[in-house]
Amino acid sequence: MIRLEARPAPSRTWSVLSPVVAIAITVVVAATLFALLGKDPVRGLEVFLVKPWSGTRALTELGLKATPLILCAVGLGLAFRANVWNIGAEGQFLVGGILGGGLALVVTANQIPVNRWAFFPLLVLAGALGGMIWAGIAAFLRDRFNANEILVSLMLVYVADLFLSWLVFGPWKDPRGFNFPQTMNFAAETAVPRLVPGMRLHWGFLLALLAAAGMWIFVHRTYRGMQLLVGGPAPAAARYAGFSSRQALWTTFLLSGALAGVAGALEVAGPMGQLTPHVSQGYGFAAIIVAFVGRLDPLGAVLAALVLATFSIGGELAQSRLGLPSAITGVFQGVLLLSLLACDTLIQYRPRWGRR
Amino acid sequence: MHGRTWMQSLTLAAVLAAGLAGCAKSEPPKAAAPAPAPAAAAKPEPLKIGFIYVGPVADAGWTFAHDLGRKAVEARFGDKVKTTFIESVKEGPDAERVIRDLVAQGNKLIFATSFGFGDSMEKVAKDHPEVLFEHATGYKTAPNLRNYEGRFYENAYLAGVLAGMVTKSNVIGFVGSFPIPEVLRNINAFTLGARSTNPKVKTKVVWISTWVDPPKEAEAAQSLINQGADVLLQNTDSTAVLQTAEKNGKFAFGWDSDMSAFAPKAHLGSCAIIWAPYYLKAVNDVLEKTWKVENTKWGTKEGLTEVVKIPDSVPAAARAKVEEARAFLVANPGAVFRGPIQDNTGKEVLAAGVVGDDKFKGEMGFYVQGVDGKLPAGK
Amino acid sequence: MGAKVNEIALLLAATLAAGTPLALAGLGLLVNERAGVVNLGAEGMMAIAAVTGFAAAFLTGNEWVGFAAGAAAGAAAASIFGWLSLWLYTNQYATGLALSLFGAGFSAFVGSGYVGKNLERSVVAGIPGLRDLPFLGPALFRQHPLVYLAIALMAAIAWFFYRTRSGLVLRSVGESPDSAHALGYPVRRIRMAAVLAGGALCGVSGAYLSIVYAPMWVEGMIAGRGWIALALTVFATWRPARVLLGAYLFGGVTMLQLHLQGMGVQVPLQFMSMLPYLSTVVVLVVISRDPLWIRLNMPASLGKTFHPGS
Repeated sequence: MIRLEARPAPSRTWSVLSPVVAIAITVVVAATLFALLGKDPVRGLEVFLVKPWSGTRALTELGLKATPLILCAVGLGLAFRANVWNIGAEGQFLVGGILGGGLALVVTANQIPVNRWAFFPLLVLAGALGGMIWAGIAAFLRDRFNANEILVSLMLVYVADLFLSWLVFGPWKDPRGFNFPQTMNFAAETAVPRLVPGMRLHWGFLLALLAAAGMWIFVHRTYRGMQLLVGGPAPAAARYAGFSSRQALWTTFLLSGALAGVAGALEVAGPMGQLTPHVSQGYGFAAIIVAFVGRLDPLGAVLAALVLATFSIGGELAQSRLGLPSAITGVFQGVLLLSLLACDTLIQYRPRWGRR
Repeated sequence: MHGRTWMQSLTLAAVLAAGLAGCAKSEPPKAAAPAPAPAAAAKPEPLKIGFIYVGPVADAGWTFAHDLGRKAVEARFGDKVKTTFIESVKEGPDAERVIRDLVAQGNKLIFATSFGFGDSMEKVAKDHPEVLFEHATGYKTAPNLRNYEGRFYENAYLAGVLAGMVTKSNVIGFVGSFPIPEVLRNINAFTLGARSTNPKVKTKVVWISTWVDPPKEAEAAQSLINQGADVLLQNTDSTAVLQTAEKNGKFAFGWDSDMSAFAPKAHLGSCAIIWAPYYLKAVNDVLEKTWKVENTKWGTKEGLTEVVKIPDSVPAAARAKVEEARAFLVANPGAVFRGPIQDNTGKEVLAAGVVGDDKFKGEMGFYVQGVDGKLPAGK
Repeated sequence: MGAKVNEIALLLAATLAAGTPLALAGLGLLVNERAGVVNLGAEGMMAIAAVTGFAAAFLTGNEWVGFAAGAAAGAAAASIFGWLSLWLYTNQYATGLALSLFGAGFSAFVGSGYVGKNLERSVVAGIPGLRDLPFLGPALFRQHPLVYLAIALMAAIAWFFYRTRSGLVLRSVGESPDSAHALGYPVRRIRMAAVLAGGALCGVSGAYLSIVYAPMWVEGMIAGRGWIALALTVFATWRPARVLLGAYLFGGVTMLQLHLQGMGVQVPLQFMSMLPYLSTVVVLVVISRDPLWIRLNMPASLGKTFHPGS
């Protein structure tokens, strides 16, 4: 009989080992699953985990895929640490994309001459604003009416998606687009500047890394950041420290919303180049996994985003090379998160043998 | 404290990554590596063909119908071809990577089966003139990119002809996904067909804002039936509408593929899309080096669309009407939209004697007379 | 006029049918939450149960075997959540989310063989005698047995909560696990039982969707209904009857927006489709705006990890 005993202090060893063990468990599950499906496990793992990292194009694609995940997860990590449950990053991503895309559309439709380096910060601001508006609704309803933020932020995802659909089917439809639901292609100057010539990776990736670094400093090196973390789980203690849980709610919602919104704007003006009904790609939801796999830490989010991006690109590669079904990626993501949660227990607790 | 642990994690991750990278480097180059140089091979390399699907292959609808076409290609050309497919690819930026990867694996002919893949296709096509690209239901072309589509509305028209004869309430229903031209053509063709045999028919439309959500499709169908519709057609991908009609003792059609098994009593026929003829032609074009840029729109005449499995219980008179309309469409492909046609506000959109051209059909943004309500999200 | 009355009757009937899966899942989650556990994995449990139930019904040709299999699958999925959150003290929100994501992927993975498969359909007879009543017959008495079962279940749960000793224990575990523990009740086991019951009911709900309502299986078919069910418990301020009412209300809004479309009401369809989600938000706001009211009704330990002996 095993029972868990609280450790006097969190185990540092396990806080490092836990994600490693969780990834190891996922790899073992994956290998077993490959074998069960009659595929060579070694080859399967190679395609899944190594191929997405081989070559310049692969690496840039990985970065491109990781960019929105990092941005969303950095903000969500902060919110979750403060015990604020913003589950609707996908909606904030969408509204950021709508505002960013709208800005690009205005520039394109009116043939306003812009410099791409001047437009880039404007785009980021528009995205941030969009995300903040959408997150602000959830924060306001929580603050003013005590409405559960998990459910409100989630319902707002559906609303945002339908609103985008209305825009591209209606007022923002490209007049020369044969009535297809899409805006016109944005002018080239509005595109997010590329990082590597010929590749899709754009400056948004660096921005995401910067955001992660900035958030790390905010959380670990500023008084306000630390207050925020206290402010969530223990409101009384936080009030004592002069920081109310209301402030925690607003700060984390607006920050995480802004970051998700930026991610949306970058996606729309980056690889998409127009608004279509397909802006929602699930990044806001996947970022929840990323945030947890990254231990709710900004730098952890970067690593976790790369892991998740590897999984999803690896899943695509495994389909065409090994004939594996697309759903397998989702299984691995779920296994990873569940085993991570289980392993994290060992940070705070020590298993003991025998009965009490 | 967090800082230190993270430094440790980072170091560890870096070591891990280095290890992985090491593995990658020490790996001997595989055949799958991006080095498409088949010219040196002794025996003729098979033509590698890639398919990109928007849904899972087993969706029993749109993607399933395309995959039947892919299988027909394999059956016909044997070891002269090698096909690969990737399912459930999201429309959007992910598609570009998937297409590039198919190119990198040496595929020389690539089919993408949804409208939302168009931009990605266009971008990759520009970078890879040596590969041929085919885009279903799109409109963009390039020297190595062409389009193919079915005249699906011919099926909807034939279904309408039958619906007009079968309906007792003179109300027929349509479950729509999104108000895009393709779906509007089907609604309008269904209505025109029905009114050709029964001028009193009215069509009610319910939109569900998704292609596949069986419970929602069932709800939409139920709602139409509750409002008196007794023959239903849908432009969504599941069998739920048909099954709801069965449950209610009403009639409905299958869509995309043969769905007769799902509703023995309600099923009036399935508006099947049979992609095989086109895929065989396209592959043949490449093998025979006769591939050229086209906008192919096939329908009843070419055997790409067909209303299959009309049950024996349908009266002979109705069957005859359908057969007559079918013969007309074989002789006059696409002539479902021939004037005079008025929209449902009474405005003439097509003058008498005029047959709607590709532009008319491609940009369709109205309901014809006989459809209830106003087009959502119009201007 | 007769036709209009009939339409209303049918709209009522459709509302009952649409509300039932939400009611089943919502009641299950209510049992969870009354014991102090929030399981955000509803969406995942329903997905796994939908495919398992469908497969079982397909293989045996009996829908009741399908419902049972769905309940078992839902409970099995819930047991992962229960084990992690109750014995390994993981965060309930995070674990539930993980289960939702896992369930979506896992159901798609194991279910690919059952897409496009066809079930033997059973005929819904309705309640003999009552089914032929004018208006009331078509409105209320021609439903699938599970529709009535959901109502009975609501009554049973209300009776259990407020009239039985075990119900009282369950509620006190949700209110104050520490005092329940001090009184010698096995808090974690009671919570686990509640989690399993919740999973089983979410499972029946998922199986109802795939076996009766759609009736088919395709990945992603739960499409947010699990989240709506979670919202229902808050709506209902954790009362069984209000969960049922909320479910019908939501089903009614869904059917009404489709009905209005069919009538040709001139509102952009996207705004129509938003109605169910917007009304969820509005009702949440209305219900929650008095914090005292919520605090009085919400199980006090909801979502908090319980450490025995601490």
